[in-house]
Amino acid sequence: MELLRADNLSKTYLMGDVNVQALSGVSFSVTRGEFISIMGASGSGKSTLMNILGCLDTPTDGKYILEGKDVSGLSRDELADIRKHRIGFVFQGFNLLPRMSALENVKMPLLYNEIPAHERDPRAMEALEMVGLGDRANHQPQQLSGGQQQRVAIARALVNGSSIILADEPTGNLDSEASRELMDLFSRLNSKLGRTIVQVTHEQDMAAYTGRIISFRDGRIVSDSGVERK
Amino acid sequence: MIALSETTKIAFRALLVNKTRSALTMLGIVIGVMAVIMMFAIGAGANRQIAERFSSMGSNMIIVRPGASQGPGGVSGISSRNLTIEDAYAIGSECPAVAYAAPVSSGNAQVVYGNQNWSAPVTGTTPDYLFVRDWGLDSGHSFTEQDVRSAAKLAIIGKTVAENLFGNEDPVGKTIRVLRVPVVVVGVLGEMGESAFGRDEDNIILVPITTAQRRLFSTSRIGSVSSIMVKATGSGMLEAAQKQIEMLLEIRHRIRPGGEQDFSVRNMSQMIENAKSATRIMTLLLTAVASVSLLVGGIGIMNIMLVSVTERTREIGIRMALGARTVDIRLQFLVEAAALSMLGGFVGILLGITGSQVISRGFGWAVEISPFSVVLAFGFSALVGIFFGYFPAVKASMLNPIEALRYE
Repeated sequence: MELLRADNLSKTYLMGDVNVQALSGVSFSVTRGEFISIMGASGSGKSTLMNILGCLDTPTDGKYILEGKDVSGLSRDELADIRKHRIGFVFQGFNLLPRMSALENVKMPLLYNEIPAHERDPRAMEALEMVGLGDRANHQPQQLSGGQQQRVAIARALVNGSSIILADEPTGNLDSEASRELMDLFSRLNSKLGRTIVQVTHEQDMAAYTGRIISFRDGRIVSDSGVERK
Repeated sequence: MIALSETTKIAFRALLVNKTRSALTMLGIVIGVMAVIMMFAIGAGANRQIAERFSSMGSNMIIVRPGASQGPGGVSGISSRNLTIEDAYAIGSECPAVAYAAPVSSGNAQVVYGNQNWSAPVTGTTPDYLFVRDWGLDSGHSFTEQDVRSAAKLAIIGKTVAENLFGNEDPVGKTIRVLRVPVVVVGVLGEMGESAFGRDEDNIILVPITTAQRRLFSTSRIGSVSSIMVKATGSGMLEAAQKQIEMLLEIRHRIRPGGEQDFSVRNMSQMIENAKSATRIMTLLLTAVASVSLLVGGIGIMNIMLVSVTERTREIGIRMALGARTVDIRLQFLVEAAALSMLGGFVGILLGITGSQVISRGFGWAVEISPFSVVLAFGFSALVGIFFGYFPAVKASMLNPIEALRYE
C-alpha cells in the first residue's frame, strides 16, 4: 500500500541574489513497511527532500501526497498537525532537550498531541522499552552515551504512532559499534513492527541494512534500487 | 493548542533553569511594584493623618487671613496691615455664629532658663485662643484679658518647651527669658502632638498678643495680626459664621459691595481639601516615577526574553518538529514573561507592605495599604509582562523550524 508519493517535487531557494535549485523534478513513492536509504554527496538535495517529507518545508513545485492527502500547500499550523500525528524525526545530533529525563523527552510529542496526562507515562515507557532503555527512563541525556541518546530519540519518534520515521544521518555522530546497534534496532522496528523508515546516510555499511537505496546528485534521483527491482 | 496548565509547567521549568537570571529580571518589577505600593501607602496615610490632625486642631474652626484670597488655592502674600486685633474682638462679639475669635501674631524666639537654651515659636494671642483650639492646660492657669490690655510679661508654654527647659522641674511660677525679656510662666499646655503640616504643636510659647508685639518683637505694625482663628458655635454654623465674618470685615474695612476683599476666610474642611490635594499631587508624581521603574522592569523582561528565545532556538525547533503549533510556542514564552512579572509583582507587594511598615516605624509616618493599590500594582505588573513578553514570544513562534533545528 502506498504511504507517500513525491510527484515531480522541486525546491528553489533564494540565497542572497542567487536562486539555488535544491530539488528538481523528484518523483518516487514509498510503500508502507519499507526501509529506505537515501544517499548522495552533501548538497545533493537529500536534506531538502527530508525536510519536505517531514513537513518542515513545502516544495516550490510538484506534489507531496502523504497517506492519500496532498500536503504540499498547507499552512504552518496544518503542517505542525501532520508532523505531530504522522511523522517521527531522528536527527544526527539527537536533539534531545537537556535537563529533561529520557522519559520526559519521549513524552513531549504526546504533549503536543494532547494525549491525556495519565496516558503519557505508560506510552512513553513502552516506547523506551521498545528501544531497550526501560531502565534509563530517569536519566538525563548528558548521563547517557551517544548510542543511548539516539535510541531515546528513536523512542520519541515512535511514541506518537507515526506513519513514518525520518532519520537524517542517524549514525553520523556514533562510533561503529553504536552505529551497528542502531541499525539493528531500525531493522527490528522495520521487520517486527512494520515501521516505515527513511534514512539519509553517507555510509555504504549503513545503507546495506536497508531494502532500497535512492541515490541523489544535483537535486535529482540518479538511481533507485526499488525501481530497478520492479 | 495544548492546555495552559501544561504551558505553565514548561514555563516554570525554564525559569528555574536560570534561577539567578530570572531573579535579576524580576528585580525591576519587584522594585517598581514595591515603590508603587509604598507611594500609595504613604499617600493614603498622609491623607488620613491630615484629616485627623485638622480635626484635632479644633473642629468648627475658621481662619481669617489678611490679603485677598487667590482662587481656591493659596493666599496672596501678607501685603497690608489690614487685619487687626480689634477685628478679632469685633468678630468675637458681633458675629452670632462665632463662639470665639483669637488674633494670632507669631515669631520665633530664643528662650533661656537657667543654663538651658531652646528655640520655639512664640504666638501672641488672647485667652480665647485656648477655646478656639480646644486646648486645655496641664498645670497653672491662662493669662487674662487684663494681662492682654497691660501687655503683661506672662507666658503659657507647650509640653516640648517645658521638657526642654525644665526637665522634671515644675515650670509654673518660674521666670524664663524670651529674647532676653524676663517672662513668668503661668501655665503649661496639655499635649497636642503634631500639626497637619508635621510641625510639633507642643513646641510653642503663648503670650498676650500685646506683649509679643510691644515687648518681645519690635513689630513695626503694632495692632495688625497674621491671622485670626475663629471657632463657630457648631459644625452646622460654619457657613453662617463665614458669611457673618465676611460681612463684618467688609464693613469694618470699608469695602464697597462687590469690591475686592482684603482678607480671606476659610474653614477647616477647605483647608483639609487643600492639604489633601497637595499630597495627592505628590503621590501622583511619585507614583509616576514608580511606574517608570515598572516600565523599565518590563523592558528588562523583554530583553531577557529575547536573549532566551535566541538561546533556545534549537529547543524551539525541536518542539516545532514534534508538532508544536505557532500558538503553543507563543504561549510558552508569553506565560514565561507573565510568570516572571507576576512573580516579581507578588514579591514586590510583599516587600512594599514590609517597606511601608518599616517606614511607618522608622520615621513615624502614617501609612495605609489600600487593597486597591495592591490589585493595581499586581494587575499592572501582569500587563507589563504580557505586553513586553509578546514581541519575543511572536519572534519565537515565527522561527523557521529547519533553521531553528540547525542553530548551534
